Amino acid sequence: MTVAFLQLTLGLYFIGVLLSLVYLLRRSEFLARVAFAFTCIGFAIHSVVLAVQVFSGDEVQWVTFHKALSFFSWSLVLFFLLVVLFQRLYVLGAFMLPIAFFSLVSTAILPSETPVLQPMFRAMWIHVTLSMLGAVGFAVAFVAGVMYLMQDRLLKSKQFNVLSFKLPPLDFLDMLNQRSMLLGFPFLTLGILTGAMSAQLTLGAYVSWNPEQIWALVTWVFYFVVLMGRVTVGWRAKKAAYLTIVGFAGVLLTFIGVVLKGNGASIS
Amino acid sequence: MNIIVVGLSHKTAPVELRELLVVPDSRMGEALNRLMAHGGIREGMLLQTCNRVEVYAVVDQVEQGFSAVQEFFVDTHFSVSAEQLLPRLYCHAGDPAITHLFRVASSLDSLVVGEPQILRQVKDAFQEALTHNATGVVLNKVVKKAISVAKRVRTETRIAENAVSVSYAAVELAKKVFSNLAARTVMLVGAGEMAKLAAQHLVNHGVHEVLLTTRNPVRASAMAARFNGVSIPFDEFRANMHRADIVLCSTGASHYLISPEDVERAVRARWNRPIFLIDVSVPRNIDPDVRQVDNAFLFDIDDLESHIEQNREERMLEATRAEGIVKDEVVVIMKWLQALKATPTIIALRKRADALKQAELQKAFGRLGTLTPQQQETVEGLAQAIVNKLLHGPLVALKSAAQSSNGLVYIEAARRFYDLGQSLPRQESVDVRDGQDMEGEDAEPDAHSPESTEVLEQERISPRASGL
Repeated sequence: MTVAFLQLTLGLYFIGVLLSLVYLLRRSEFLARVAFAFTCIGFAIHSVVLAVQVFSGDEVQWVTFHKALSFFSWSLVLFFLLVVLFQRLYVLGAFMLPIAFFSLVSTAILPSETPVLQPMFRAMWIHVTLSMLGAVGFAVAFVAGVMYLMQDRLLKSKQFNVLSFKLPPLDFLDMLNQRSMLLGFPFLTLGILTGAMSAQLTLGAYVSWNPEQIWALVTWVFYFVVLMGRVTVGWRAKKAAYLTIVGFAGVLLTFIGVVLKGNGASIS
Repeated sequence: MNIIVVGLSHKTAPVELRELLVVPDSRMGEALNRLMAHGGIREGMLLQTCNRVEVYAVVDQVEQGFSAVQEFFVDTHFSVSAEQLLPRLYCHAGDPAITHLFRVASSLDSLVVGEPQILRQVKDAFQEALTHNATGVVLNKVVKKAISVAKRVRTETRIAENAVSVSYAAVELAKKVFSNLAARTVMLVGAGEMAKLAAQHLVNHGVHEVLLTTRNPVRASAMAARFNGVSIPFDEFRANMHRADIVLCSTGASHYLISPEDVERAVRARWNRPIFLIDVSVPRNIDPDVRQVDNAFLFDIDDLESHIEQNREERMLEATRAEGIVKDEVVVIMKWLQALKATPTIIALRKRADALKQAELQKAFGRLGTLTPQQQETVEGLAQAIVNKLLHGPLVALKSAAQSSNGLVYIEAARRFYDLGQSLPRQESVDVRDGQDMEGEDAEPDAHSPESTEVLEQERISPRASGL
């Protein structure tokens, strides 16, 4: 049942992604509204699926990587819907919805029921939720960075086309980049701490140097440096945009680390 | 009574010819008087901009009106000959004339479609004609309608949304970098006209602070007063550039005043916050290599022009929608004009009936002797009811006939049946004009009802009065 609903959600998100991408190159505001409507319906179904998954099984079931990715996708869409409602920034859909869509698609591609750590730690879901919220923050920062660089390049090359018309002003994108990073960072920190605690409980050691933990720590240090650089030496605007794009690669590598670990690639 | 337009514009005549016909503001009154002195011209308005010179007039005979206005143009300047001028003039009458006025006011006929100045120029021309008593009931109504059509076009289409002038383009580009101009500081280097205009635009958009610098301290303080800004000594402006989010440069200097190093230093001092530089001076004052500096965005006059050019295509699409609005509104005003032809006849008819009624009542009261107030009221009511009922049919017929093509035949017939005389007395048309003026004052944005004179109001009430 939930599988059928998830497929429906995927279908709706796919339409949303397509329309948002077409909207990027067309003058019509109408397309954006249709894309928004499809995404809204998809989001509603997605919410129901998530709620059923969370509340039907026991808490431990929540902790599969599938569901974590599904939650990640859901949070991204939620963020997009909120931004549209408050800022009318439809253009964000063309950048954020593809990420949400592909992370949801990957739940279908990845081997089903990826085994996780032994379900001893009942509060494991806290670690997953916090880490995913951190990832959402960095995904938004990534999107803001990409949009910043596009707008920057369009302005520098004096191309006043539809795209430059649609993209928000540079200072807004820089602010979005900064705020989403500031939002993501504490979540990532708490996610790593709870992860270490759960590792201590399940494996008997806080740090076991598997790819997930290594990349998580690398990512954390990287974002810490980026944030510090922003405050102390003015790493903002273009530089911040580049850095957050690189940083998001760290987030993705951490995800890959989780999958590898789940498949037993590196856990002895 | 016909409305005509005769004139020339950037589409028909070169600027060398157009500028000869322009009447200086100080001699506008004289020119309007000269226009009105021509026989057969009842109302007139002279519209002149840098792209057009046109006379709008209400005339008795179209052909006679055309030649009168042509004569007026030829007389305007001694070096203009009829052979040279006449082929360049366009002449429209009636429907096409009104369409032309609406299109001009809506900026559909402008060199830069969608530019906002034309509406102001139409208003000024109208004001000028009003001041010199050159307009009357028809032009008052039609020009006010043109102004409201222009406003409608402005709000319902996106024709004026995009940058139409260099200074406005500068503001629009600044908005691609800064979402909120209110918290921003602009630095004005030099006192060039275009930069001042752009600065004014920015101030209108709520820029927080204006820094000024010019070589001439007197001019600097004058400009500081104008923009409520802070004046900075010219040799210190580079050191202060980091304070500005937007730098507007327009000086007469023949070399680069701002180097990439200056901008790099400013960006560093701004902690890499973007800085937006506009160079409208020719020759340029900001080294083009500034483009290579990260987080600095430099636009020169050509960049602004190309931005405008791209917007122009966008405006063309909106223009087709605007044409539709103009077409609809022309239909409305034409109906009003048709009804207007019946108006003097309706006034005369009512006046005649009232005079007859009063005379007969006086006679009857004389014969009846003393009556109680109630009896007197009844007799008066009786007379009024008969008049109203008798006139109701003809008045309604006149009004509706006025909308049809053979309206004039009905009006002619009514005048003969009721012995109202062939031409309408001057005094009555003045009455209508006054009433119209007052009506037009407050009903400017939406004067849709074609029959809005006092007389027609009375006529509408009459069936109810007769029922009492």
